[in-house]
Order: sequence, then structure tokens, then C-alpha cells
Amino acid sequence: MCGIVGLYLKNPKLQPKLGQLFKPMLIEMTSRGPDSAGVAIYRNPAKKGFTKFSLAHDDAKFAWKKLAAALKAHTKKQVSAEQIGNHAILTTNAREEAVTAWLKAHYPDVRVVGSGQAIEIFKETGLPEKVYEKFDLAKAKGSHIIGHTRMATESAVTTAGSHPFATGADLCLVHNGSLSNHNRLRENLKREGLEFQTENDTEVAAAYMTWKLRQGASLKETLEDGIKDMDGFYTFCVGTHDGFAVVRDPIACKHAILAETDDWVAMATEFRAIAHLPGADKAKIWEPAPQTIYNWGGH
Amino acid sequence: MIEIDLEKDGVRGVNSRLHALPKDTNERHWLIRNPMGQHAIACGLDAPITVEVAGHAGFYCGGMNKEAEILIHGHAGPGVAENMMSGIVRVDGNASQSAGATGNGGLLVIKGDAASRCGISMKGINIVVGGSVGHMSAFMAQSGHLVVCGDAGEALGDSIYEARLYVRGKADSLGADCIEKEMTDHHLAKLARLLDEAEIKANPKDFRRFGSARKLYNFNIDHADAY
Repeated sequence: MCGIVGLYLKNPKLQPKLGQLFKPMLIEMTSRGPDSAGVAIYRNPAKKGFTKFSLAHDDAKFAWKKLAAALKAHTKKQVSAEQIGNHAILTTNAREEAVTAWLKAHYPDVRVVGSGQAIEIFKETGLPEKVYEKFDLAKAKGSHIIGHTRMATESAVTTAGSHPFATGADLCLVHNGSLSNHNRLRENLKREGLEFQTENDTEVAAAYMTWKLRQGASLKETLEDGIKDMDGFYTFCVGTHDGFAVVRDPIACKHAILAETDDWVAMATEFRAIAHLPGADKAKIWEPAPQTIYNWGGH
Repeated sequence: MIEIDLEKDGVRGVNSRLHALPKDTNERHWLIRNPMGQHAIACGLDAPITVEVAGHAGFYCGGMNKEAEILIHGHAGPGVAENMMSGIVRVDGNASQSAGATGNGGLLVIKGDAASRCGISMKGINIVVGGSVGHMSAFMAQSGHLVVCGDAGEALGDSIYEARLYVRGKADSLGADCIEKEMTDHHLAKLARLLDEAEIKANPKDFRRFGSARKLYNFNIDHADAY
């Protein structure tokens, strides 16, 4: 099972309502995924030279300010941290690699769930409605957002195993389906130096994309190669800096639907998630074809 | 016309009212408002009534239909009119995968495109698609007709038995044991009737016919490569 949803606002006037519009979309997919939920929202782009890190810790009372102060003292750069639920958005002009290396050495329990200029990733076990509330997303403003509701089939129900998975700067992935060659692919990627936090198949797909993009492939090339190298059933929704992309495996059994109006583009596992959007009754609606990359935004 | 609000009554409430109708009911025309993409709307109907769905439907709309005319004024999700026995289901928009799956009879009309596996395992239903169909359409089709006014995706009619397929555009590829067949006057006349019933304007002479080569009915070691 699992449900995936994405909303990209073509009309900037709707941006103040992004979180409000997306809420019923995610909650409608609860029956497909009551175990855990997560979203990647693109908002408040950092200033030039700055990176936003989405960090998570199992302890809701974790001292994020203390972590920020320690990082500031270490790097001699600007660092700020804003706590949201058991996550925090850390913004800094320190070098990205230096920050991740420092976190790994000094705060191994802190997970980096995403990073980039605009992306913020929040994910947690529990019902989608509770997760949405926890991260105060109903009031969120932004340009686009993707989300996932999980019914775990092949690995444990944990926050780390929840989607979205980061795949690079401002990139992330949500997945409905199951990969059949993820163990072999994981071993191959480990040899390429990639690290894994879980036994989850989607984490492998995310790592695969990270690896391809690092080698200089475009998003389109990465997804095209992914169709060849990843075996199994999948509908992927990929969040990008300025939009999102959708791709399905050649058999295309895992449900997916796209809808578009002058104001927005939406994708979902089932149309009922999209039905709540204003103008959905007049939208152009179609099922995405297999092995075809649908892309909104500039990438 | 009797209006029902699906948002208020729920799918079960709406379907219960329609199921309770006797075959000789005078309440013959219904309109379902606010379908909101919910699943199994107007499933299992068994009376000669007309049901209009004012918007987009979710999965399995009109499934197992007997005798009723179901008009979907929007998109239809996966498995529209699956296992239909008789009657008519018309979709104004596009349809998701597995439209008309395992249908035994009746007519399914999709004005737009149908996604993959349209008419999978059809057993006597007639399906007319105004646009194109996706891959693996008419997979293991046993009888009935699939008319495609646009193009057909990969592996059309894979492992087909006795269904007849008519395609106006191109077929990306034919599945195992599916071949092109001659279009005789008899076939042209049948196709004209189907297009007429579907209220879709097209010239039967523009279509090509596909069907079974009948080589995979029984396992034959000489054909092992074809399975």
C-alpha cells in the first residue's frame, strides 16, 4: 500500500495556503498508510551561500540551540536553529560537508533528513493527521509540497524508515511500491561510498539517485537510468527545487493519477486525495503512462 | 430526477438506496452529487435505471452492473465497470487502468483515453474508447469487442482468446498470439453498430482488426518460446 501526494502551485497567489490545501490531500491517504507520514515542503529559501538542514532526533526535548551554538563555535560561521516538533531547521553558511561530518562526529543520534536552499523534510510515525499537526504544517506557506503515508510492507515502522528520503540538495523522494533488487543495489552503492540508516528499499532508491546526481547526471537522466537499474513496482514522486517529477515502472501497477488546472498541478495515488482542491472538479485528469517522466518546474 | 449527496450519505448509503429499488421502480433517474473520487460508487446495480455521477469517480465505479445506465460526468478511476453483466457505463473523461476488466456483457464507453490493461480478461463486454488505450489492453480477452479510436499501447491482446479488437490508430506492439486479421463486411457492420451505440463518430473503414492466432489455447511444447 502507501499513499503518495504532491502539490505544485502554478499560481503564486495560492502560496500562503499551501499547507491548508495539502492537509486534506495527505489525510485522505490515511487508509493507504496509517503507520507513518512525512512531507517535504519547499519554502523560505535560504540566502545565497546558506544551506538549510532538516534534522531529526528521537527526543522531543533535544537541545537544538545548544547544538547550534556548538556548531557556530566550531565553524566560526553563522548558525541558527528553529525547532519544529522533534525536528529542527538548521540554517548556516558553513560548508555542507563540514556540517554533516561534524554532526556525525559529535551528535551521532541526530539524523540529517534533508538539506538544500528551500527544502524542509518532516516525518514521523503515527497517523498522518497527527504528524501534520505535530509539525504545524496547516499554516505553512510555500510553492510546492510532496507527502507520503506509509503502510510498511518490507521494513520496520520507524521515523528513519518513513518517507520522504533526501536524494541531494533540495531533492527528495517518496515511493509507493516495493523494489525487488534493493539488497544487491544497496551493496553496490555501499561500495561507491554511500551510507544507509535503514533496511528500507526506498532509501536505496534515494541513495541510487544521490549517487547518479553526484556523478553529474541530470534529474531526467537519473530517472531514466533508474528505470533500467531498479527492479520492482514503483510510482515515485520526486520533489525538486522548483517543482516535482513523477515516474512509474514499466508495468505501472501501483496506482497514480495526475490533475492539472491553471492554478496547480497535483499527483496522488488515488484521485480522492486531489478531489478536495479548489477547481478539482474542472481539472484535466489522467493516469501517468509507464516509463514516462512527468516534470513540473524548471529542472 | 432524484438527487443524492454522496458527501452526506456516504458510498454505502447511496448504494443501499439504489440496491433497494425493485426492477419495476418508477424512480428511474438518479443524480449522485459530490462523488469526490470515492470508490465503488453505483456498484452492483440490478435494475433498469439511469444513474448520473456528477463529477470524478474513484475505483470500481459501476462494477458488476446489471441493466442500469451509469453516466460518469468526469474521470473514472481504476476498474470502472469491472465485471459488468449488462447495461451501459459511459465516462465523459479519461479512465484509469483496468477499465471494463472481466466484463461479461453490456457496453462501456470512454470518451477520452483509457490507461493500461483496458478490457483485461474481458468475457463478453463491448468497450468503445474514443481516445487511446495503454499497454496490455485486452490481455487474455475471452470474448466481446474492444474498439479503440486512437492508438493502443504495447502488447495489445496478449494471450487473447476470442475477443475482437478494432484499432483506428497504431498499435505499439501486439502481444503473444495476437495477430492482425482481415476486416470483412460482417466485421465492418458490427463495428458500425458498436460506434453507433457508443455515439462516437468514426468511419469503420479506418479501423484494423486484431484477434487470436489460436496457437496458445493449449500447452504445446513446440510453442514453449511463445509463453
